Amino acid sequence: MSSASVRRSARVGRWLVSGPPLLYLVVFFAVPSLIMVLASFRTPGEFGGLAPFIEDGKLDLNLESYARFFSETIYAAIFLKSVWYALATTLFCLALAYPLAALIARSPKRYRDLLLLLVILPFWSNFLIRVYAWMIILGPNAALARSVNGVLGLFGHEPVPLLFSSFAVLVCLVYVHLPFMVLPLYANLEKHDQALLDAAQDLGANAWQRFWRITFPLSLPGVFAGSALVFIPALGIFAIPDILGGPEDSLIGNVIKQQFLETRDWPFGSVLSIVLTVAALAIAGFAAWVARRNLVTPSSAREASA
Amino acid sequence: MPLLEIQNVTRRFGAFTAVDNVSIGIEAGEFFTLLGPSGCGKTTLLRTIAGFETPDGGSILLNGEDLADRPPERRPTRMVFQSYALFPHMTVEGNVAFPLQMSNVPSSEIPGKVREALEDVRLTGFGKRYPHELSGGQKQRVAIGRALVTHPKVLLLDEPLAALDAKLREEMQLELINLQKEVGITFVYVTHDQTEALALSHRIAVMNKGRVEQLDEPSKIYGFPRTRFVADFIGHCNIFSGPVKDRDGGLVTLEVPQLGPVRIATESNLALGSAGSLALRPEKIRIQAHAPEGTPDNRYRGTVAELLYMGDVTVYKVATPGGMRVEALLANSQSGRAKFFEVGDAVEVSWPVDAGHFIAE
Repeated sequence: MSSASVRRSARVGRWLVSGPPLLYLVVFFAVPSLIMVLASFRTPGEFGGLAPFIEDGKLDLNLESYARFFSETIYAAIFLKSVWYALATTLFCLALAYPLAALIARSPKRYRDLLLLLVILPFWSNFLIRVYAWMIILGPNAALARSVNGVLGLFGHEPVPLLFSSFAVLVCLVYVHLPFMVLPLYANLEKHDQALLDAAQDLGANAWQRFWRITFPLSLPGVFAGSALVFIPALGIFAIPDILGGPEDSLIGNVIKQQFLETRDWPFGSVLSIVLTVAALAIAGFAAWVARRNLVTPSSAREASA
Repeated sequence: MPLLEIQNVTRRFGAFTAVDNVSIGIEAGEFFTLLGPSGCGKTTLLRTIAGFETPDGGSILLNGEDLADRPPERRPTRMVFQSYALFPHMTVEGNVAFPLQMSNVPSSEIPGKVREALEDVRLTGFGKRYPHELSGGQKQRVAIGRALVTHPKVLLLDEPLAALDAKLREEMQLELINLQKEVGITFVYVTHDQTEALALSHRIAVMNKGRVEQLDEPSKIYGFPRTRFVADFIGHCNIFSGPVKDRDGGLVTLEVPQLGPVRIATESNLALGSAGSLALRPEKIRIQAHAPEGTPDNRYRGTVAELLYMGDVTVYKVATPGGMRVEALLANSQSGRAKFFEVGDAVEVSWPVDAGHFIAE
């Protein structure tokens, strides 16, 4: 075979391999996204959906829905609240996942797989079922609410509802997203070289200094990866506030869902979706940029200590 | 009094005794080496001195003070790790400054001390680089500079040159000798490489199975191995064993089954019939087509079974009729000749009675 035909068959092979996923993404992701972008510039139809694209020889393209988003502060406020919830979720997940991931990474090899399995075990049951389970756990007649209110009663405090509150939403958000923080953190911490910690200790660093000067900075790629995996989905979530939240706990995901299913204002729903996507991308991009500027990747860390 | 005293130190891991009742005194300013095969306990002993291992018995004293209650971060020792263990997220300067920051040196004094340390290890101008931008030898120098910057009492080095290629290793050996002379700090050096140990050390402790087999100057270790293990481990060595057949003044005769009687000059007064060995370096053996008549030395006939031509020298393995392999080394220094014998040549090997070293078993 000539080298030209080898090259050609390699090219064909590449297309055969990458073609199907590419096609899938075009049909089910790129095209719908384009439709959504287009919809955001159009007028809602009288009974939902979209008004005709061409009417009286004029194209239906305008910026009205965008104008509405930027003029009505309530949407910006909900948006900020969603960012706030997602941020809080990320921080709580980080605080809970870091010690857990570190513990798993340092446990004997034969237990690690089992412990990791326990971390991802919740994925074996349906997401909605798990959210509904929290309704039972946090319900007014459950042991948790009773004991909390029992203690509050001792101090002469009125009973508080746990369910249908921002507390319930946040607890469930953290619960649902925790594995997404644990796994990248574990993947990072597991690669850390014990010799670096020994060296730091030998050079006079106590346990606190060893963590903040060595372990934590080297784990930042895992921290950023986990944070992105938690923050982005938490920003757009609607099921948890729907099921566990009170009326004030509507987040941007709920509003988007509402626009499409109840209000049937597709253009405005599209605008909200686009703003959400752009914001998520911008925040993730910013995190990646910070990460690239300040960090060494685990691979260069390994290389340096090898 | 020695600077560093290792007194009856034992360290066990489960049923395995890694360090078995070891006692060593190391003097101030000494370049001391723990030498042995992997698993002999040398690294465990080093880590015990650093404080990473707690001895199951015995104690470690520095300047007479027992270090038992001091964790590694509070010991005046510093360790250079085999993997260098440089902090990958810090520059060379950051790495060298780290121990200074940990010991609360005023930040105004740190840059000067870092510069000095980098000068000592010949890395001036590399301060802003990251570890992954350095070669193996440079990383090694950063690790040493980082360990020396706080002027520790003792520097512990765990096979620091093992990851370097042969040429660089030789260079670094010379550098280590000079550096040690310059800074005057006690070095405790762990290696499994006997030539490295011989080249670098003031004294060597040869370790085997957790015990010290021999503690001596390099020339004594090489020339007068006290045990069979030491003879075998340090360099190449012929070992001829058998019962003592005759003893006459300073001369012992061993009956070596595959070779015949072997006479050795020794002060040993081992009883007749008990087992002994001759440790004999290959370079001490003469190999000739015919040994000159009338030599009172040990001489045996044989044929060249194998040879290893190494350029400057050739190693001949001579098979005797009794089935013994005698290893002899011959320098190819005579002009006009590249090699003296070929495989199959009939030769005669011989050595004077005082060429080797008698080991009582």
